[in-house]
Amino acid sequence: MIEPVEDTIVSRLSGVRRIAIVPALNEAETVASVVSEIRSFDPDFEVVVVDDGSTDDTAERALEAGAKVLRLPLNLGIGAAMQAGYLYALERGFDIAVQVDGDGQHDPRELGRILEPMLDGRADMVIGTRFAGARTYRAPIARSMGIRLFAAIVSLRVRQRMTDTTSGFRAVNRRGIHVFAGQYPHDYPEVETVVTAVRGGLRIAEVPVEMRLRSAGRSSITNVGSVYYVLKVLLALFIGLLPQGKVVKR
Amino acid sequence: MSVTLFAALSSLVIFAVIIELIRRGRLRERYALLWLGTATVILVFGLWRDGLNELADALGIAYPPNALFALAMAFVLLLLLHYSTVISTLSDRTTTLTQRIAILEERIRELEGDTRPLLRDVSRPPGPGGK
Repeated sequence: MIEPVEDTIVSRLSGVRRIAIVPALNEAETVASVVSEIRSFDPDFEVVVVDDGSTDDTAERALEAGAKVLRLPLNLGIGAAMQAGYLYALERGFDIAVQVDGDGQHDPRELGRILEPMLDGRADMVIGTRFAGARTYRAPIARSMGIRLFAAIVSLRVRQRMTDTTSGFRAVNRRGIHVFAGQYPHDYPEVETVVTAVRGGLRIAEVPVEMRLRSAGRSSITNVGSVYYVLKVLLALFIGLLPQGKVVKR
Repeated sequence: MSVTLFAALSSLVIFAVIIELIRRGRLRERYALLWLGTATVILVFGLWRDGLNELADALGIAYPPNALFALAMAFVLLLLLHYSTVISTLSDRTTTLTQRIAILEERIRELEGDTRPLLRDVSRPPGPGGK
C-alpha cells in the first residue's frame, strides 16, 4: 500500500544514486527490519550498515537482510561510524545519502518527507525534526530542555531557526556527502554536524517527522553521559563561534 | 644535601635516562627534546644560585628553591599538554585507519563475490546465538 506522496517521491528518485547509512551498535534484533523497511520504501536504495564494533550478530543480520556492511574492527563511536558511511558514499559516487538509526526509532516510511526539499533543490541537508509542526513526540522534561537549549544556540550560530538539532534522521546531497566525509564531529555528533554543515556551505531544511519508540536497545545518552554530552556540545559550539582555524589533515 | 644540589643531581639522572632511552630507540627525538629542555633548565638554575635568586625576586617568590620547583612544574604541565595533543592526533589516526579497514574489507568481499559469513574477531567471544 503506497501513499501517493511517496509514489511521486520514489519516481522522482529514479536515476539518483541513493544510499541509506545505518549506524548500528549491538542492534542484532532490529537491524534486519530497518534494512528491509528501507528497501520496502524504495527497493533501489543501497543500504550500508556501519557496524561500530558490535559484540553481537549485528553485521551478520545486516548482511542476511541484503545490506552492505562496513564492520569497524574497533568501536569508534557514532560520529566516526557515520563518517565511515559518508566516506563509502563518496567513494562509490552516491548522489544522496540518508541517515537512519539501526535501532528502529526512525521510520523509513518518513523518508519521502525528508527527501522532498532536497529533490526540490531547496536544501543540501534535511533534518527530520520531532518538534516542528503538530507532532506527537514528547520527550522527558530534562531531555526536552536540553534539546531546545542546543536548538536555540545552534539557531543563533547558523542564523536560521532550528528546532531539533539532536535528531539523527537526516539526508544530504552530494555536496553534503563531501562535507561530512571530510569532517564529522566525534562523540554525540548530531548537534555539531549542523554547524559543520553550515560552515561547509550547506543549506539546511527541517521537516516534521514521526519517530517511534525504540523497539530495542536504549538511548546512548545515559545520566552520567548526559553531563559530558551537554558540556562537550557547549564547548564545541563555543569553539564553533570562533573564526575557523586552519584544518590540519593528519 | 642542599636543594640546589638535589635539583642538579636529579636533572643529571633525567639526562642519563633520556639519552639511554634514545640510544635504545625507545623514545623519539622530538619528545626527548622537551624532556632535555626541562632537565637543562633545572640543572642551570640548580647550579647557578645567583640566577635563581634573581628569578625568584622577579617572580616575588620569597624562598628561591621554590622558584626552581615552580619552573619545573610549569615545564611538566607543558609536557602534559603536549602529550594531550599527541594523544588526540593518535586517536584521529586510529579512527582514519579503522574506517579505511572497514571500507577495504567491504570492497574485498565485493570483489571476491564473498557470500560467506563475516570473519569474526578471534579475540571476541561469540555473541548470543553467534556462529
